[in-house]
Amino acid sequence: MSTMSLRGLSKSFGNVQAVNNLDLNVEGGEFLSLLGPSGCGKTTTLQMVAGFLPPTAGKVLVEGEDITYVVPEKRDMGIVFQSYALFPHMTIAQNVGFGLEMRKMKRPQLQERVGEALSMVRLSGLEDRYPSQLSGGQRQRVAIARVLAIRPRVLLLDEPMSNLDAKLRGDMHVELRALQRRLGITTILVTHDQVEAMTMSDRIAVMTGGKIAELGTPQQVYDKPVSEFAYRFLGQTNEINGEISVRDAGSATFRVGSASIPVEASEAPQGSAIKLFVRPERLRICPVDNSKVKGKITTRLFLGGVWFYDIDSDIGRLRVSAPNLGAAQADEGETVGIDWNPGDMQIATPEVANG
Amino acid sequence: MADAALRQSSAPWLLSLPSLLLFVGLLAVPMALTAVLSFHVFEGMRGIQPTFTIANYVQVLTDGYYYELFLRTGLMSLGVTAICVLIGVPETLILAKMRPALQGTFFVVILGPLLISVVVRTLGWQILLGRQGPVNSALLSLGLVEEPVRFLYSMTGVVIVLTHVLLPFMIVAIWSALQKLDGQVAHAARSLGAGPITTFRRVVLPQLMPGILSGAIIVFTLAASAFATPAIIGGRRVKVVTTAIYDEFLTSLNWPLGAAIAIMLLIAIVAVVLGSNRLVELRFKQVFA
Repeated sequence: MSTMSLRGLSKSFGNVQAVNNLDLNVEGGEFLSLLGPSGCGKTTTLQMVAGFLPPTAGKVLVEGEDITYVVPEKRDMGIVFQSYALFPHMTIAQNVGFGLEMRKMKRPQLQERVGEALSMVRLSGLEDRYPSQLSGGQRQRVAIARVLAIRPRVLLLDEPMSNLDAKLRGDMHVELRALQRRLGITTILVTHDQVEAMTMSDRIAVMTGGKIAELGTPQQVYDKPVSEFAYRFLGQTNEINGEISVRDAGSATFRVGSASIPVEASEAPQGSAIKLFVRPERLRICPVDNSKVKGKITTRLFLGGVWFYDIDSDIGRLRVSAPNLGAAQADEGETVGIDWNPGDMQIATPEVANG
Repeated sequence: MADAALRQSSAPWLLSLPSLLLFVGLLAVPMALTAVLSFHVFEGMRGIQPTFTIANYVQVLTDGYYYELFLRTGLMSLGVTAICVLIGVPETLILAKMRPALQGTFFVVILGPLLISVVVRTLGWQILLGRQGPVNSALLSLGLVEEPVRFLYSMTGVVIVLTHVLLPFMIVAIWSALQKLDGQVAHAARSLGAGPITTFRRVVLPQLMPGILSGAIIVFTLAASAFATPAIIGGRRVKVVTTAIYDEFLTSLNWPLGAAIAIMLLIAIVAVVLGSNRLVELRFKQVFA
């Protein structure tokens, strides 16, 4: 249950600032994801934590101990790589035992630990196979067993699922999460897959431009993000540009062109241009009479579990989703009303300029 | 229908016919003729007689002189191969760490020896390695040696020059093995607690072994069958199998004996290649499976 913190961690390559003054505290036993698009600095951050890349500035602390310049082999971290990085010339048992061998563990104890690690990932019986004889999913389990065998202080997962097919990936998310909770091992996952980050993490750090744009539980970062970037990057969202036209103590009116809608009170001064964000699943199609805005359905998409509607409304084009409950659905070309709960129209703080 | 099927089945043959003709005409036929020649009788006064005999082989196999010749050739090739491995592995690793732009330049430098005519290259070495050549002058002025080293007409010189020209083959072979190496594997070993040296010895080197061994086979084969370098740098003093064959053909005019030695050399090289191939397959089949 090791805590870890990154203090003002920075890395630049020439003129490119890959990681910019990053501060992050990871609790003992926590599962934290660094989520972001490619080039956001998440992999560079992981490389610095693992010791493969020296930071330009800042510190990496594990349990308060400064390990910024400690060589990788002395960090006691377990890393599961995207390519799994198994040793092809060694058997599965030799692969899993490699870290223990490096720790000069005696043979009987080593074998016991290897067996234990392999049974944790449900691969018992494959000890004498070679990596090339295993399937992609099995190889990934070997990679996980190999790091669990050394009982690392911190587990680092570098896009570990990206080479698995969708079904297997879903299963592994659940399995790896359960394993991590059971072992209580502090874990950092680097991924660009938001589903992966959401299903497994205790907290998610959404990264962009070498900085953390958003930090919180999966629900917090999805439902109530503070940054525009998180709104756009996570899931789908409707973005409405307009201005605050009337502002009272408890409420405000938001105007888009000639239409206006009520919004919750905001800090933004009257007359200021702001953006509203609302998730498609927080909008409801309803009869025109008791709706907040009305619009015409331009496109209707069926995705099995949900319906998607693109609606040209008074306040701009909106995407609305509705669960497929078997009921009759409004058709393309129909004019419908759209309703929502007041709290679901959210005002995000504008993008922080990247320095 | 039948016509189309016929055309389809004969198409691969027709397409490969030009290269097949070239192969048969320029390689298979001369080799067969050499083999036939090796079973002919040579008489000093009357020349080659088309009478079947195995006397040439008996002579090669019973005369200690030939054993010495084959042994010297084998040791020379082995030495060249070993030096190529020792230089080639670090050189390839350094090359792999370079920036792509520099890599291109250095590849040309490495392949350089192959771009120069064998005669020019060897004569160049003859000047460099001469008694008063730049290499000896440098060694003398640095005080590393008391008197000039005899490189020319010595095994040392032959090995140096063969290593120079055969090293590119080794590097290209190791390079291709290195390209298949997953870059994260070394990181994985480090994070599991292995230091840089252990990581290289236990994780990187075993994965380069197939490349090193195939490079070694190429280098060994080419060194054992090299003629120009031993002939020019080694001269009369360092006689190897190929120069002995040359002498039998052109000096003694005993073509059948020369052919027999040539066939023996061929068999020896094929045996070494097949043996090493087998070793590679047994030992490293998992690596690139």
